[in-house]
Amino acid sequence: MDVFLQQVVNGLTLGAVYAVVALGYTMVYGIIQLINFAHGEVVMIGAMVAFSVIGALAPLGMPPLVVVLIGTGCAIPVCMLVGYAMERLAYRPLRHAPRLAPLITAIGVSIILQHAALLVWSRNVLAFPQIIEIRRFVFLGASITNVQLAIVALCVMLMTALALLVYRTPLGTAMRATAQNPQVASLMGVDINRVIAATFVIGAALAAVAGVMVGTYYGIAQYTMGSILGMKAFSAAVLGGIGNIPGAMLGGVLLGVVEALGAGYIGDLTDLCAYSLLAPRMDACAGGGHFILFGSNYQDVFAFLVLILVLVFRPSGLLGERVGDRA
Amino acid sequence: MNPKQAAKLRWVGVVLVAGALAVLPFVLAQAGTSWVRITNYAILYCLLALGLNIVVGFAGLLDLGYIAFYAVGAYAYALLASPHFGLHLPFWVILPIGAAIAALFGVLLGAPTLKLRGDYLAIVTLGFGEIVRIFLNNLSRPINLTNGPRGIVGIDPLRIDGFSFAQPQSWLGLDFSGPIKYYYALLVLLLGIIVVNLRLQNSRIGRAWEAIREDEVAARAMGIDTTRLKLLAFAIGATFGGVAGGMFSSIQGFISPESFVLVESIMVVSMVVLGGMGNVWGVILGALLLSFTPEVLRWTVQPVQRSLFGRTLVDPEVIRMLLFGLALVLIMLFRPGGLLPSAVRKRELTEHGS
Amino acid sequence: MNIKTITLAVAVAAALAACGGQKSPSEVRIGHVAPLTGSIAHLGKDNENGARLAIEEANAAGIQIGGKPVKFVLLGEDDQADPKTGTTVAQKLVDEKVNGVVGHLNSGVTIPASGIYHQAGIPMITGSATNPQLTEQGFKEVFRVVGRDDQQGPAIASYLAAEKKPKLVAVIDDATAYGEGIANEVEKTLKAQNIQVLPREKGTDKTTDWKAILTKLGGENPDAVFYGGMDATGGPLLKQGRELGLKAVFSFGDGACTDKMQELAGAAAEGLLCSQAGIPPQAASKKFLDAYKKRFNQDPILYAPFTYDAANLLIAAMKQADSADPAKYLPALQKISFNGATGPISFDDKGDRKDAEITIFTMKGGKIEPIAVVKAGKTLPYEEFLKSMNASK
Repeated sequence: MDVFLQQVVNGLTLGAVYAVVALGYTMVYGIIQLINFAHGEVVMIGAMVAFSVIGALAPLGMPPLVVVLIGTGCAIPVCMLVGYAMERLAYRPLRHAPRLAPLITAIGVSIILQHAALLVWSRNVLAFPQIIEIRRFVFLGASITNVQLAIVALCVMLMTALALLVYRTPLGTAMRATAQNPQVASLMGVDINRVIAATFVIGAALAAVAGVMVGTYYGIAQYTMGSILGMKAFSAAVLGGIGNIPGAMLGGVLLGVVEALGAGYIGDLTDLCAYSLLAPRMDACAGGGHFILFGSNYQDVFAFLVLILVLVFRPSGLLGERVGDRA
Repeated sequence: MNPKQAAKLRWVGVVLVAGALAVLPFVLAQAGTSWVRITNYAILYCLLALGLNIVVGFAGLLDLGYIAFYAVGAYAYALLASPHFGLHLPFWVILPIGAAIAALFGVLLGAPTLKLRGDYLAIVTLGFGEIVRIFLNNLSRPINLTNGPRGIVGIDPLRIDGFSFAQPQSWLGLDFSGPIKYYYALLVLLLGIIVVNLRLQNSRIGRAWEAIREDEVAARAMGIDTTRLKLLAFAIGATFGGVAGGMFSSIQGFISPESFVLVESIMVVSMVVLGGMGNVWGVILGALLLSFTPEVLRWTVQPVQRSLFGRTLVDPEVIRMLLFGLALVLIMLFRPGGLLPSAVRKRELTEHGS
Repeated sequence: MNIKTITLAVAVAAALAACGGQKSPSEVRIGHVAPLTGSIAHLGKDNENGARLAIEEANAAGIQIGGKPVKFVLLGEDDQADPKTGTTVAQKLVDEKVNGVVGHLNSGVTIPASGIYHQAGIPMITGSATNPQLTEQGFKEVFRVVGRDDQQGPAIASYLAAEKKPKLVAVIDDATAYGEGIANEVEKTLKAQNIQVLPREKGTDKTTDWKAILTKLGGENPDAVFYGGMDATGGPLLKQGRELGLKAVFSFGDGACTDKMQELAGAAAEGLLCSQAGIPPQAASKKFLDAYKKRFNQDPILYAPFTYDAANLLIAAMKQADSADPAKYLPALQKISFNGATGPISFDDKGDRKDAEITIFTMKGGKIEPIAVVKAGKTLPYEEFLKSMNASK
């Protein structure tokens, strides 16, 4: 096994998932400068709905791919509805309120969605039906499964479709106009409310697909799965430059790779016994021992560290433009 | 009513409240010492909420990682007064040390995030809180600092010479159980923190914070040293968190990182928001409400469900969280100032502007 | 406002005080605490059922203590698996003057609660908290009828070493008290047998992506992997390990020793080795199993035989001392020698069960099946153990 290449493959798959979720954050932020804290929960709802549908259809003996497609097909409208309701009920009334207000409602919405899901799907870890037979391919010493390939391909397709939507359609033009200046856009005949609602709904649809991908990839779903995924995807969006669609993709993939390589190598890098200067002076190193300062246990710290560093040193992210404060 | 009478009336009120607070634990103890314990936890949450109020309510900086300071204070106490390192320093040494370390962490968090505002700050503080917890959870190797997820056992109770807050005792014919003694210790702390909060609010610093909260650029233009004042807010808020953490350690006798998770941070934020950001009494009300909710639900929802269905269909915990979520949304939509809004906040949140 | 709040609180308190029931002289109260809500509510209920069965049987038998017939009452409480709630509930039981406590379920909750029982001088027996620190606190009121992590870890590690003869083992844990505790014990035992152990890798109790860690381990090519953690994270770990082409034998502690592994990991679960503290529920005495099934219309899930024994131990000690007064029957409990549903029980001077059993399981055809029982450092094949159990009755 080529460890490095394998880590990159792991990171790319993970990153592709982050990227799709990050798109939802970045679109909403780009248009109304709101961190939709509850976006991660929409991913969870998508995974849960797909779980129920696929679980119900699996015994009927349909081809697995069709079952997964139906599952996704059911998850998307449900998530769109959740996204719309969220915007309409919790965010729209606060569009002109100080920034703290919608942020706090977002936290509230996220708590509500999580616990509503808990009531529907129980607290237990649900085993996502494994109906797609996993095939392993070995490529240059790294193994990759058919599911991983499908996830990466799907992500590329979704991003392309989204880019086309934003840059080639009237709705996309309206979205970009609203993002730049809502007042002027509305003077030009753009129905701002509709455009913002559409942004939420599209983001939610992407979240639904991401939920199905995560469920199929890891084989589990739980009501808490959205929060940590959401945090990481948000970090990815910030890393790429929030509000910037190509940035979200770049940030997602980068964060995925950083996490995989970080977890894979941080232990070796911070093993003081690996350094010839220190090793002879430390008792712990005698006889091939190790003195590892930071191991893979700090894996979850990377996303937060990346987030803090980017925000502190380059708040506009890798591809973003400097955004002035509008609130 | 002339001012003299009003002043007199106020004094009568103060004496009544003081008397009620003094006898409260004995009344509660009639219902069971567990109620005294519950009250003590509620006071701890009041301390936390008042500390966070300085950061969120006064200076307008949304901190979603506040529990990190609580954790730092708790661990400082636990490490210096437990068999873990074999140290047993007296509490009047440790509590200030814990508070100081927490304040240092406050500045550590504040310094790099000074330029960030609003939502970005919220996310970074959230990340900071998680990082602190992850470190506490993992610093058991290569050198065992925190004993990792297994936590620290056998933490000393508060003790002044031979007088231990954990041992029951009889005085003047009254039984002072451990929790009752802690109640008085916590009450003294709470009063102190209330006084500090009120004094700060009406001081130059308090007004400067208010200016920063309303419009940072304008505040700076008016000659307010925003950097120093924001750091001060973080440091003072963190100090209170640290003291509360130390008390938690000594009452509980055992701490582990699972007591300092993100949900706790969000809980404290909810208390501040629900009660009324910036209003000391509102914040206390919020803290009391939210910390008694689970107990009330335990006494009502569970027995009702059990008698109706023979088992618990919906956990009180779930109901509580759903209520919190709903409360956060509804408060922001319909009463953005909280249950007891502060005068300034009320104005600010109802006025439209972007 | 303040005054209003307080008067309200006082009124509520007074009302509650008035409601508090009077204790009849011949009533003996046994508390039971476990999470009855939350993610492991089903295990908590199972524990409570075990204790309840013991109490009901004792009442049916018409036991006399101090020359008077007594009625045992079980006070079942919910600690939500939360340390803070645990202490509140423990205090509540102390307030209600229980004569003894069975519980709690989680180690992280049992440890802070034990301090409160200790102060009140009320004996407590846990049937499921396995963290060694619990009985290392030196509280004479604290007992445990189940094996400790530092008994279970060595058991599974020795079994692994003896049966699979690995040269290089990777140890992973989920950075929880339980996972890290058992993983440390496994590592210690393996190292003592001169088996090489890779530096520890850690995830969290929410980790779903183990690929980075597994890939790194794959580069070292270990013969066996031990994971200390729960089934929710162990399942994906196992599945992803096989996806990456790891050939190592996987072994888990009791947190991931459930039939659910099959669901979570699919075919990858086959051949998994895992351990459970104590004997498997199906190996408990036939009398207990039948009674449990009859009373609750289901089989015990995990620790019910232990809480059943714990409650019976309290009752037996009271009978021996001829008193339900904690101070009087505590010495009897310390010296007790009792034949329970989980076999003969006596306590060492820390309050731990002497010669607690650990069972080793393997995943076979989608079910975990017991293959061996480790007791007092000796490994018995499961069949032989069953025979010895039946012979002792």
